[in-house]
Formats: sequence, C-alpha cells, structure tokens
Amino acid sequence: MLELLVILVCAGILVSGVLAVCLGNLLAAMISAGLASLFAAVSYVLLAAPDVAMAEAAIGSGLATLIFLYTMRRTGSGGEP
Amino acid sequence: MKRLFAIIAVLMFGAIFFGLVGGYSERQTRSPLAEYYLSQVPRELGAPNVVTGILITYRGFDTLGEVAVLFMVAASVGVLLANKSGDNAQVTNAASIDESEPSELVRTGAEVILPLIFLFGAYVIMNGHLSAGGGFQGGAVVASGVMLLMLASSATQLNHGFLSVTESLAGVLYVSIGILGIVFADGFLDSHILPLGTFGTLLSAGAIPLISALLGIKVGAELSVVIDRFRH
Repeated sequence: MLELLVILVCAGILVSGVLAVCLGNLLAAMISAGLASLFAAVSYVLLAAPDVAMAEAAIGSGLATLIFLYTMRRTGSGGEP
Repeated sequence: MKRLFAIIAVLMFGAIFFGLVGGYSERQTRSPLAEYYLSQVPRELGAPNVVTGILITYRGFDTLGEVAVLFMVAASVGVLLANKSGDNAQVTNAASIDESEPSELVRTGAEVILPLIFLFGAYVIMNGHLSAGGGFQGGAVVASGVMLLMLASSATQLNHGFLSVTESLAGVLYVSIGILGIVFADGFLDSHILPLGTFGTLLSAGAIPLISALLGIKVGAELSVVIDRFRH
C-alpha cells in the first residue's frame, strides 16, 4: 500500500516536472514547478523524513513559486510563451 | 551542433546516474554510524529528535556554512535589486497599487491563518529538539507567513533596517555560542555549555533550543528580505 502510494507520488513529481518544462504559458509552468515540489514534500513525509518535507514544502513550493511570480511581474513576461 | 552537445550531455548524465541507481540495494541493517547516532544522540545530547541533534551539534559547522550561504544569497539579491527599487520606487509602487487588490477571500483568509502560521513557525523552531523541525524549517515557515502577508495586502512594507540588524545579531550570537563551546565544553558549537535538563522537556538538551531559535530568527529574516527585494 505504502509502496503504491510512493510510486504514485513519484509519478506526480515526474509529470508535473515535465509539464513545467513543456508548458508554454509561464504562469502554468510556474504552478507545475511548485506542484512538483509539493509532491516531493509528500514523498518525503511518506518516506519518514518530516524535517526535510517541512523545508521543501515551505521553500520549494511556497517561497520559490512566489519569487517566480514577482520576477514575471517585474519583467512583464507573464502569460506569453 | 548545440543540440548534439545537449544530447551527449544528457546521455552522460544518464550513464552516471544509472551507475549510481543500478547498483542500489536497500540495506537490511543499519550502518555503524546510524547505530551510533540513534543510540548516542538521546543519551549524549538529551534530544529525542536525532536529526536536529545531529544538525546542530555533530554537524554544527555544516549548518553554519548553510546559513552563511543563505546570508550571501540575501546580500547578493540586495546588491542586484536594491538600486532599481530606489530609482523606480514611486513608479513600481503606483503600478502595484493600480494592479487589482487581492480579493476579499484572500484578505480575510490571511487574517485568520496568519497568526496560526506564525505560531506554528515558533512551535517548530522551539520544539526542534523534541519533534520534527528545527531552526531552518521554522524560519522557512515564518517567512512563508510573511509571504502570505505580502500577497494579502500590497501596501505591506518591511522594515529592512530592523530585519538586517536582527539577522546580523542572531548570526553574531550563533558564532559566539560556538566559541563559548570551545571555551567551556569540548569544541566549536558543542551544546554542553548549558545543563542538559530533564529529557523531553522544552528547555532541555543544552544549547540546542537556543541555537535553534537563533537559526530560526536568522533564516526567517533573510528569506523575508529576499522575497521583499523581488517584490519591488
């Protein structure tokens, strides 16, 4: 059961990572990158490493995504491929 | 030509990582080092959470290096982005106010959740030696609370001077505690300068909660400043 869950979550990391690279819309790509981080955090919890998961969830999917968002707003490239 | 190089690079990385992953087999027993840590950390450091005990005491120097890297990141982001915000402060501020204010839902939700996030951050920092967490993670949680504050109201202004002073002070205190460790205990960043106390209580495990708190303050302040630099 746990192994199946871990495999599903890892598939989630892969899919959202590939989407982050392939999507043309920058906003959507940014959200996918954050999602990959969130799946990684979930997989850390499943693999019994809550300390790392906490840092990954806060920094990877929270702060990094927001920094991308602000950068997109500053450079005025939001939305266009 | 460029594409060919990219493909060759990807193939080489693939070969290297396949070599690493292909020979992997799960160990059935713990390594001697893990055995040592698991049995000695609770007894020697008085910390039930082995991970934080290792990070702050046995690998304290690595943690100091990590914090130094983060400090350098904050400083270089400040150098790169500071002069622009000085020139265009009025323009960008006007632009960000012109942009639509966050919705009622975000503002009200942030008011409800923010105290909980800060409280959770403080809990994670102070209970680092008892349960999962520690200074670094708690600092990141606090910084994500600041991030929510910025998202919820675009008029939020951070006091950079205060944050820089707090952060530098925490860093200086952290290194001073490390040096106190050389004088009064067995080495740099040794946590035995304070009494171990009762196992499993909030104020126990020597200097670990103190170092954890300083780390949390430092990381939280640095990450908040980095985000704010990107904002305007």
